[in-house]
Amino acid sequence: MTVRRTTTALVLVSALATGACAGVGSKGNDSGGSSGGAAEGKPSGSLNIMGFGGEDEVAQARITAFQQAYPQVKVTHNKGDFDAQQFLTALSSGNPPDLVYMDRNLIGTYAAKGVVEPLTDCVKQQSIDTSQYRPAAMRSVTYKNTVYGIPEFYIVQVNLVDAKSLQQAGVDPSAIQTKDWGALEKTATQLYKHSGNKIQRVGYDPKLPDSFPLWALINGAQLVKEDGSPNLDDPKAVEALDYGVKLVKDQGGWTSFKAFRDSFDIFGDTNPLTKGTITAFPMENWYVNVLRDSIPAGLKLAATQITDRSGNPVSTLGGSTWAIPKGAKNPTAACAWMKTMTSTETWMKAADARIAKVQKDKSFFTGLFTANTKADEQIRAKYLKAAPDPGFDQAIKEFYATLDKASALNPSPAGAEIDAAWKSAVARALGGQPAQQALGQAQKEAQAAFDKASRG
Amino acid sequence: MAELVTPRPPLEEPAPGPSASSRKGPARARSPRGRGTVQGRETRAALAFISPWILGFLVFTAGPMLVSLVLSFTDYSLVGQTHSVGVDNYRQLWEDPRVRQSLANTFVYAALFVPIGTVVALGLAMLLAGVGRASGFFRTAFYLPEMTPAVAAAALFLLLLNGQTGLVNTVLGWFGIDGPNWTTDPAWLKPSLAVVSLWSMGGTIVIYLAALKNVPRQLHEAAMLDGAGPIRRFFNVTLPMISGAVFFTVITNTIAALQMFDQAYTMFYGPQQKATASDASLVYMVYLFQNAFQFFKMGFASAMAWLLFVIIMLITVVQLRVGNRVVYYEGDTR
Repeated sequence: MTVRRTTTALVLVSALATGACAGVGSKGNDSGGSSGGAAEGKPSGSLNIMGFGGEDEVAQARITAFQQAYPQVKVTHNKGDFDAQQFLTALSSGNPPDLVYMDRNLIGTYAAKGVVEPLTDCVKQQSIDTSQYRPAAMRSVTYKNTVYGIPEFYIVQVNLVDAKSLQQAGVDPSAIQTKDWGALEKTATQLYKHSGNKIQRVGYDPKLPDSFPLWALINGAQLVKEDGSPNLDDPKAVEALDYGVKLVKDQGGWTSFKAFRDSFDIFGDTNPLTKGTITAFPMENWYVNVLRDSIPAGLKLAATQITDRSGNPVSTLGGSTWAIPKGAKNPTAACAWMKTMTSTETWMKAADARIAKVQKDKSFFTGLFTANTKADEQIRAKYLKAAPDPGFDQAIKEFYATLDKASALNPSPAGAEIDAAWKSAVARALGGQPAQQALGQAQKEAQAAFDKASRG
Repeated sequence: MAELVTPRPPLEEPAPGPSASSRKGPARARSPRGRGTVQGRETRAALAFISPWILGFLVFTAGPMLVSLVLSFTDYSLVGQTHSVGVDNYRQLWEDPRVRQSLANTFVYAALFVPIGTVVALGLAMLLAGVGRASGFFRTAFYLPEMTPAVAAAALFLLLLNGQTGLVNTVLGWFGIDGPNWTTDPAWLKPSLAVVSLWSMGGTIVIYLAALKNVPRQLHEAAMLDGAGPIRRFFNVTLPMISGAVFFTVITNTIAALQMFDQAYTMFYGPQQKATASDASLVYMVYLFQNAFQFFKMGFASAMAWLLFVIIMLITVVQLRVGNRVVYYEGDTR
């Protein structure tokens, strides 16, 4: 009886435990479908896009522009953001989308793995002028001298400041700077407010772990070398992490600091700058458009440029890209889409739509930051007027002034692992591990992944 | 099931005569031909009824399992060429410190969740068993969280357990208790995961409630006549009588705990959280997922899955060995 009961239970266990294994089944050697490299002929048929929500007026205007240019192409796109699991399983099952929209920092890894197609033919066939895009954006979609993506948005950072809290504390906005780290620490401590173990206001949030590449850059270190190999234990990176951890420690310590930060309503009227729960932090350009709605709630915005320790403006660079997956069935339409969506003419139509929305909302334009230099210049010249709020006006100007100062992490075949390694290291350092040790371990893990990825 | 319908052997010594095999049942003795027809029909019907499950199991579970076993000996990365790598992936399991760490985290979580979950679910089931009026409402209310997606529950608990502004610490503060940073302090990450998992104990509660309802009232009455108090009756009557249900839920909850993914991923590795996740929250299935879909190491992830399978199997065998000594089964002849 015991044997029978045991057997029954083991069958049960097998059925339950296999959830761990069953999810990793696969098709086999190669993802199906033909190469999407060629982009010849007139675009037609259906175009299936993954990772592109396309719900706001800027996206809708550009979708309309494409549909007017290519009415014979039927466009379908899921409403969600890019999901690596969804994308890779689609590829593995031989049913890839025709086009994918993702973060530019993924391109290196995906290009090295052969997940996305080189766009050499596409650029040639559709006569895409790659010189119209910002060099830093092109750099982030180029792997081993081959272009794998067409860049779209362009995300840079400046320090955004709650001017009201700053004024009440008697601190000049110029004190929010990243050149003199000692002075910044002093300012952050001065602005920090708490009651017992409960934080009431963060003085300056270095935005770790996410912004660690920015702090490394401020201190003169690149986390990924030109050849794509990791450089995580660079002494300047270690020093930057030490400093960031110290800033957090001065303001309640990591566990309380993060819990406090987790409670922020970033997109609402009770966002931290309006509510006065944070005085300053490095933030991206898109956020000004969000903050604009908080002016009636009493937000007084200010902004300062982020500089390196010599005083030169710096910023990390983010943004999205279009790419054609391996095995895409309609590369011709995909290529036409990439060209259309990122062309100067289409961006101008998007800007028209944004202005119409702004006028309808009785608000003001905060800029449209694209990876297309010409489009940016034309949009700025045609639509960007002095904002009625001087703080916003200053912030917008600071963002525009930063555009050409930004640099992205170099593409790497082990980009995902390097990313995971430094994030984990920063989290460990914030948790108490010495920065040198945390980044040393991260460097070992990332280097091993890079060596393996480079061997192919 | 056959055991339940087979007549028990007589208590007295069997009389000499036909062998044991020929005395098993009246139908067999009377009509072997009829027996074959009836049994055959019943067998075919039974197979027809369970065939959807068998088919599903073969196609969606056993098949992928076998494929993943094969993949675990390759460098399969979802795309590109696949090569055999022998036992390299299994060797790497021993060399990767994050495998050890994620396993340790998972064991700690399971060691917290399974006993606490069992006690909490049993306590709630006993309360429910004692409810007279509106019992249906309370049963539904306790089972409802089971219907809530784990992701939604985890997102909700991220707010409730926030160490600075969360409701849990606010309430603790009323009693002068300075609550911890549940979701950010590495020491509290696994306990907070266990707390979130307790939210969906509805299934276990229902099983315990059914088991409690089946405890014969006369056993309690007899124990009371013998002077046993409530605690004595619980340990000497109730617990032995529901030990089968407890044993079953401990096994299934252990398996579920070792495979925990949703809550940990949502709370610490989702799009908003992944950059700040502490290694203390890295459970095994999250690391397996990262390897499979973020690092393209599907072969290695398959090896990880098989290691977990073996671990679960071993733990279950130990549980069965221990459990069979203490669990009471109705109709057991031991």
